[in-house]
Amino acid sequence: MKWRRAKLVERFFQVLMIGSAAVVLGSLVLILATVVYKGISALNLDMLTQVPKGGYYMGKEGGILNAIVGSLYLAGGATALSLVFALPIALYLQFYAERSRFAELARLSLDVLWGVPSIVYGAFGFIIMLWLGMRASLLGGIIALAFLELPIMVRGMDEAIAMVPPALKEASYALGATRLETAVKVAVRQTAPGLLTAVLLAFGRGIGDAASVLFTAGYTDRLPDSLLSPAASLPLAVFFQLGTPFPAVQERAYASALVLTAIVLGLSLISRGLARRLNKHVIR
Amino acid sequence: MTEPQIRIQDLNAWYGSAHALKGITAEIPARQITAIFGPSGCGKTTLLRSLNRLLEEVDGTWVTGEVWLDGIDIYGRGVDVTEVRTRVGMLAPKPFPLPMSIYDNVAYGRRIHGMHGRLDKGNGRNLDKMVERYLRAAGLWDEVQDRLHAPASGLSTGQQQRLCLARALAVEPEVLLCDEPTSALDPISAQRIEDQLVALKEEMTIVVVTHSLQQARRLADHVIFLWLGELVEAGPGDRVFQAPSDERTRAYLAGDVG
Repeated sequence: MKWRRAKLVERFFQVLMIGSAAVVLGSLVLILATVVYKGISALNLDMLTQVPKGGYYMGKEGGILNAIVGSLYLAGGATALSLVFALPIALYLQFYAERSRFAELARLSLDVLWGVPSIVYGAFGFIIMLWLGMRASLLGGIIALAFLELPIMVRGMDEAIAMVPPALKEASYALGATRLETAVKVAVRQTAPGLLTAVLLAFGRGIGDAASVLFTAGYTDRLPDSLLSPAASLPLAVFFQLGTPFPAVQERAYASALVLTAIVLGLSLISRGLARRLNKHVIR
Repeated sequence: MTEPQIRIQDLNAWYGSAHALKGITAEIPARQITAIFGPSGCGKTTLLRSLNRLLEEVDGTWVTGEVWLDGIDIYGRGVDVTEVRTRVGMLAPKPFPLPMSIYDNVAYGRRIHGMHGRLDKGNGRNLDKMVERYLRAAGLWDEVQDRLHAPASGLSTGQQQRLCLARALAVEPEVLLCDEPTSALDPISAQRIEDQLVALKEEMTIVVVTHSLQQARRLADHVIFLWLGELVEAGPGDRVFQAPSDERTRAYLAGDVG
């Protein structure tokens, strides 16, 4: 009798787990389907290759190339800028600070920063820019987004590097390698797929964020021609187009959302393939 | 006994509050195989890892005493730990190749120590020769010569352990520490590692920690018997195995304990 009850309980929890997985997968499918269904009709080549023309926001000609290019510049720049700081910070935390009080404090700060709403980064960036006398610009947007991305990237890398087996570090130390040599030549290779995931996670957060670029990068119908000129972005394009009273423009908002989703999705697929190639050296 | 390569003087080690090594004093003869044996938890690995200062990589360890290597106390002030580990190589129980190619694994140590030298500038041929030489010394060359640039992770466990041996040899250590070097291997792979160690003692001092009495008997010229962190007995292998002077050694060898 007892084993039958255990089996029933097991079955119950199995169904529960499968159900949860289905809910998550179902929401993803639903979101994608909505964006595709509502946006596909407005999506055409002009959308992708032209900047908005006069009267675009009233349903006339043009496209959202300004926002596509702006978003790629903003998120690409911010991700590159974060990477420059994130990898050294993560390696320092894992190889030098380890579990010291300082490291714990640094991790706590990063977790708090992770939780800071992006509008706060935007407002913070805006104040700094006012103080410096800067106008809304690509550079301002990149810096604000980099602040947003940095904690995500550092913590992702920190967790990835923490997975390096102690015996692997020791193998390197035992050959007379310093911590720095072990960190750069062994740990980075061993954790390359994990590091890539952290970079991608940060990029995805950056490209999808509207609030932090609203004040810092501004919005413009033109393509950015220097770091100091304002830049449009896809999330704001969605926001502005959805805010118009014209159904034709609202459809374009969904098309813009579709483009944004496609960029993030495409990038994660590419990085999956890349991670698999990087995987060949990973020691288990 | 020939001139000792390593002289251990009143060495103590703690893991937190656990006293793992208690006042060890011993000598390790040059160009011989010294086996450290004893039951589990007696401090064999701790003693071995104190000889290249790898012990201090674990949080909460504490070491006192002296370990003299060719007239230098490796725990002395101003000693560069990376130099100690360059002179004292190590082979771990489970092979851990570095996450790179077979070639780069062997070249790793030479590269970080700038050992490729002037001959090597530009073409790397000298390094190629060195990689071949140490892969041969580890008995792995024939199996990997046509896939040197393949990932080391693709080798079998036995091959990986010989790669780790080649990698350790490539930095030209004076002493090689082996921590249960065959415990993760099948008997044939284990045999090959043992053969390589016997061949290598012409060139370097070898210290082997082993769980297996049979392995100690096969390999050792000199033995150190530990019991609960204390050194009970040390001396030439023949003498200790045939006529142990301590009752605990006798009991352990006879299989009465441990």
